[in-house]
Amino acid sequence: MFADYTWTELGSIFAMQGFAGLILFSVFVLMALGLAIIFGQMGVINMAHGEFMILGAYVTYLCSNFVQAYIPSLFGIYFFFAMALAFVAAGALGALVEWALIRHLYKRPLDTLLATWGLSLILQQAYRSIFGAREVGVSLPNWLLGSVPLTDIIEIPINGIFVMVLTLVIAIGVYFLLFRSRMGMQTRAVVQNRVMAGAVGINTEKVDRNTFALGCGIAGIAGSAFTMIGSTGPTAGQLYIVDTFLIVVFGGAASLLGTIASSFAISQAQSTMEFFLSGSMAKVLTLLTVVGILMLRPEGLFSLKMRR
Amino acid sequence: MRRLKDLIENRLSRRSVLTGTAAAAMLATAGAFAPSLAQDVNTTGLAVTDDTVTVGILHSVTGTMAISETGSVQAEKLAIEQINAMGGVLGRKIEYIQEDGASDWPTFAEKAKKLLVNDKVAAVFGCWTSASRKAVLPVFEQYNGMLYYPTFYEGLEQSPNVIYTGQEATQQIIAGIDWVAKEKGAKSFYLLGSDYIWPRTSNKIARKHIEKLGLKVVGEEYYPLGHTQFNSVINKIKLKKPDVIYAIVVGGSNVAFYKQLKAAGIDMTKEKPVLLTISVTEDEIRGIGGENIEGAYAAMKYFQSLDNENNKEFVKAFKEMWGDDIVIGDVTQAAYLGPWLWKAAVEKAGSFDIDKVRLASPGIELTTAPEGYVRIHENHHLWSKTRIGLAKTDGQYDLVYETEELMEPDPFPEGYQ
Amino acid sequence: MTNVKSFLSRQDLLGLAIIAAVIFVLMPLAMDIFRLNLFGKYLTYAFVAIGLVLCWGRGGILSLGQGVFFGLGGYCMAMYLKLEASTPEATAIQSTPGIPDFMDWNQITALPWFWEPFNSLTFTLIAIFVVPAAFAFIIGAAMFKRRVGGVYFAIITQAIAAILTILIIGQQGYTGGVNGITDLRTLKGWDIRTDEAKYILYYVNGALLIGALVLCQFVLKSKLGRLLVALRDKEDRVRFSGYDVANFKIFVFCLAAVLSAVGGAMFTLQVGFMSPSFVGIVPSIEMVIFCAVGGRLSIFGAVYGTLLVNWAKTTFSETFPELWLFGLGALFIAVVLVFPNGLAGLYRTYLGPYVDRWISKKPPSGGTPAPAATPADYDADPAAKPAE
Repeated sequence: MFADYTWTELGSIFAMQGFAGLILFSVFVLMALGLAIIFGQMGVINMAHGEFMILGAYVTYLCSNFVQAYIPSLFGIYFFFAMALAFVAAGALGALVEWALIRHLYKRPLDTLLATWGLSLILQQAYRSIFGAREVGVSLPNWLLGSVPLTDIIEIPINGIFVMVLTLVIAIGVYFLLFRSRMGMQTRAVVQNRVMAGAVGINTEKVDRNTFALGCGIAGIAGSAFTMIGSTGPTAGQLYIVDTFLIVVFGGAASLLGTIASSFAISQAQSTMEFFLSGSMAKVLTLLTVVGILMLRPEGLFSLKMRR
Repeated sequence: MRRLKDLIENRLSRRSVLTGTAAAAMLATAGAFAPSLAQDVNTTGLAVTDDTVTVGILHSVTGTMAISETGSVQAEKLAIEQINAMGGVLGRKIEYIQEDGASDWPTFAEKAKKLLVNDKVAAVFGCWTSASRKAVLPVFEQYNGMLYYPTFYEGLEQSPNVIYTGQEATQQIIAGIDWVAKEKGAKSFYLLGSDYIWPRTSNKIARKHIEKLGLKVVGEEYYPLGHTQFNSVINKIKLKKPDVIYAIVVGGSNVAFYKQLKAAGIDMTKEKPVLLTISVTEDEIRGIGGENIEGAYAAMKYFQSLDNENNKEFVKAFKEMWGDDIVIGDVTQAAYLGPWLWKAAVEKAGSFDIDKVRLASPGIELTTAPEGYVRIHENHHLWSKTRIGLAKTDGQYDLVYETEELMEPDPFPEGYQ
Repeated sequence: MTNVKSFLSRQDLLGLAIIAAVIFVLMPLAMDIFRLNLFGKYLTYAFVAIGLVLCWGRGGILSLGQGVFFGLGGYCMAMYLKLEASTPEATAIQSTPGIPDFMDWNQITALPWFWEPFNSLTFTLIAIFVVPAAFAFIIGAAMFKRRVGGVYFAIITQAIAAILTILIIGQQGYTGGVNGITDLRTLKGWDIRTDEAKYILYYVNGALLIGALVLCQFVLKSKLGRLLVALRDKEDRVRFSGYDVANFKIFVFCLAAVLSAVGGAMFTLQVGFMSPSFVGIVPSIEMVIFCAVGGRLSIFGAVYGTLLVNWAKTTFSETFPELWLFGLGALFIAVVLVFPNGLAGLYRTYLGPYVDRWISKKPPSGGTPAPAATPADYDADPAAKPAE
């Protein structure tokens, strides 16, 4: 298939393709990070993760409408406020859900799956009742659209760069929060030994709530960022959920590094195969490979060795 | 035992209808229509009384397809309301029973059966996806119902129990490709679609036609429904440098596709590549955002911006009923035709009987259709014009071309299979 | 009969009798054929639900991919029926007469090799059992031998459901794609669309369900059933006692798969088509909910749970289509939070004692009367404790 092209063209295309893989990688990390925190640190399966993302997207939609209507001068930078607001909204809803639902189910991880699936149905219908069944269009400031041409062929999408930078910032933020802060230390203590952590005076309930809220908040930011590349509708969250879970499980549930590594592996595999095969086949092959590897190595790529 | 029970119930219901008609006949008031007796216009036990007739509306109000089907429901309700305001059908007001297909094909079949068997509706306006139509088709054929199906679709079907008010694939595709080849001098095409029957069949027809014109297809590609990452295929498109990107992406994928296309620097407002789609109506643009699809061309039979008296009135009435910020796409307009075509056929037949309506249907014309003049073909599809629209930032299409003649529907195109 | 009594206690017999009475007498009398056909469709889901009671409720293996097996059974049946409906005469307008219509639309000119055997009804009937069992065996062997369980198993089965759906939709020339296999007409020349046929299929379906219930009850009351509960609660101890845990898990997973497939085949026969929308993630999770609402430990409960949820779905979506999802979502949450043992748990707590007393007034006529769920079943798994 490459016979008709010059080496420059081929080089450019491979560069572009590598970049496409990196964008996909960032998107996957952004999707999976919140889930990895909740699933990995708390063992809770949050099937409503996609709906928390869509909450972030709808918050962005509302912000864009509000800013356009009342303070159009700020339209260029509203996106940053929107993301912050999405984080707060999704995080607050997460804390509420943890309080009302999840905390009763910590000993029954499989049941959290059913309960959060129910929650996702309720949220979907709520979005539908509030915003209508149709997808909404989120207007973005002009500087976020379009691309930077590097050469004739190589053009770098600005929203791709934005997502990559955002992912980097959030990943670093999460790293500091979990491994360099007091809250993170407490969280890890609770993960490793809940009873002991409680015994040394850590408020385990509060830690749980904060962790859950943090995971949901990151989902909200992800949803907000995805208004640049995807659709915003009541059921759009469902599109992400299987991919996201596979990434987290493939990476090894308890390890954030594993999540990042698995995002990288899956995104590169998928984007390379998509280039050579048809899209549907690429998807099937990727999923099959992941499931195959999981059967050989059920604990995922990275796993914590610990006593149960 | 069941038989006996059914028999008794039938008797009873027939008797109550008879007494009802007798009473009505006694009270017969002379109106604009001299209402014919219910048993004359309805010999098969449909839900027709002396002053009402019941029809069904069967679309998804919940689930993933609700996004697309909402407009059709609104259009059908508007048409029914307008017909009622004009005095109804054969002097009878239309009442409707709305059922939710819930984006789930067996549910569609189940509800279709309920409408036909339990509610005995005189016609059903509904279905959207091919899958839902395929699921209800045996039901309509078995219980002899009448379905008015609004969506543009892949063809390869012709049922005595369905009137297809949207375009079948050849109507939409051939005119579009001819136009882009002639007007834009296109030589090479990249075909792209969501992975299911409509895009695949449409692309098949498109490919045959492109090759017939002596032009080239440089790529053909399908993505699962709901796919949201198109960067790889966009790179392939850049590599192949086609003159035309022929896109039949549907649903949520649509939004992702056009946003990423724009972000990757493929500017559709420039001369090349031309993006031609048959799946993006004004409805979809709301989700995509006008700025992301500006400059793309769509080939279908109706745009909200069509400049004719019928359409102006239709758009005005639609907005009055459903709000100012609403947009109307091709399928919505086709759904609006359903009740009107049914009314015309019933009045021509002088009866609500399904068989008589079916016989009366071919040749029914509608001069008041928002898209202009349409006529039902022998094969139950509509003769209609195909139009090319240019997408603008405000989410509307500008009409740039329409076929001179009505396109003949050809659900089983010779040489394209 | 002594044999039977060893695994069917009086309570179980009463439960079976009530279900049989509901299926065979009450519903046919109370409903017209349209509603009865719907009811029959719900009963096909009950096969999946009782399979889940075995592997999830008792064995602790939560599969979110039961739709896969339901689909496999349904597709096997549908392939046979479709071939029978695609006679050269009936498909004369196609460019290749004699093959299913969707193949013709996709330019396939000869019947693919894996369709050929489905010309035979015998092969089809065997395939309905063997194909899902073999598939479940492969998945089960790969996972359980490596001690993958719990959440991981759930998510992997979910991924398998996703993969299979994408495959079926993508290979539409061979599978009918997203539309599924539609317009099925006859079984060995017998028109399955008439009202008489629907009655007969309904009764066949009911009889199979009763048979499945008896079989499951037998399994549960056998040593295997006890072991399942044991390995759900303390897998390691069972393993240390010298049992090969994986084999038991594989067996029960295969059994659940076969039950689902039978349900799928009956579904195809009664509804008249099969489509990938029964294979995916959403239907699979819904089926888990049927089981949870009924009570994950009780096979009888699972049947009632299936019927209740589906009845509610039909009624609500007819009356309040907009509110339906709120109701369903709330039901999920309520079942998990408030009634972890579902209908069966409610029955055990409020009604069961009276029934037991009523039954034990008569002297037991042999066999050990075992309650439907002994206290031992509820121990150790906190989720399973009835609200007391």
